[in-house]
Amino acid sequence: MHASDATNGAAPLEHVRLVLEVEIPSDVQYIEQIVDLVKGQVEALRYAPRQVALNVPVALSEAISNAILRGNNENIAKLVRVRSSADPSCLIVEVTDEGKGFDLELCTPDPTTPENLSREDGRGLFLMRKLMDRVERFGEAGNVIRMTLHRQ
Amino acid sequence: MSFAIKKQGEVVVVDVEGQLIVGNRQELKQKVLDELERGEKKFLIDFSQTGYIDSSGLGVLVSLSKKIREQGGELRLANLNDDLKTLFELTKLDTLFQIADTRERALESF
Repeated sequence: MHASDATNGAAPLEHVRLVLEVEIPSDVQYIEQIVDLVKGQVEALRYAPRQVALNVPVALSEAISNAILRGNNENIAKLVRVRSSADPSCLIVEVTDEGKGFDLELCTPDPTTPENLSREDGRGLFLMRKLMDRVERFGEAGNVIRMTLHRQ
Repeated sequence: MSFAIKKQGEVVVVDVEGQLIVGNRQELKQKVLDELERGEKKFLIDFSQTGYIDSSGLGVLVSLSKKIREQGGELRLANLNDDLKTLFELTKLDTLFQIADTRERALESF
């Protein structure tokens, strides 16, 4: 018997990896569409509703906007590449820009302290770290951010 | 995504439809500041139709809250779903804003 026979035609996604690779110009108007595509991946693999509605969209939106605004200085000619690979156990998203990279540690003062709470900025990397299981920076120039989230 | 503004009594009510993110936060900011400039003092932002909010969206809310207060006005937030509540709790912004469960309660609280 084939595996698909047992599920009335709808093959289970237990052994499936969904991979998406997108390149966008450095324009923040693209972010929402890319986020929707990656949301679709984790939704198809039945990640927890909160991961689909909160963790993935917010963390990815932060990573792409950092790449566009900081990495590429909103230079429309420079590209941001998003590579997202999701399987039933975890999601790994890499966001690459054409910038010189930045030091994650230096960029993450705690925005929840009383003196920082009323600041308008400084929550991006904090949220990525809170909403993802792991956030790493690598690449020759440190211009790649990789985020990992385990399915719940 | 868009922002619908209407007046309910003395309160300017803004519905955030869709996401509040880096690509559209300026639009929200400008709309509220225009009302503030017209002399409006009471503002309610309703998130019942909102998807997600990123850090720049949160930043705009912090900025508007300051500007409204500087003009002697008040800002309330309402209808955050559980995910959005979590976002405000993670960033401790739930301690900075006055947040009501429903629009009615928010309106009553002015």
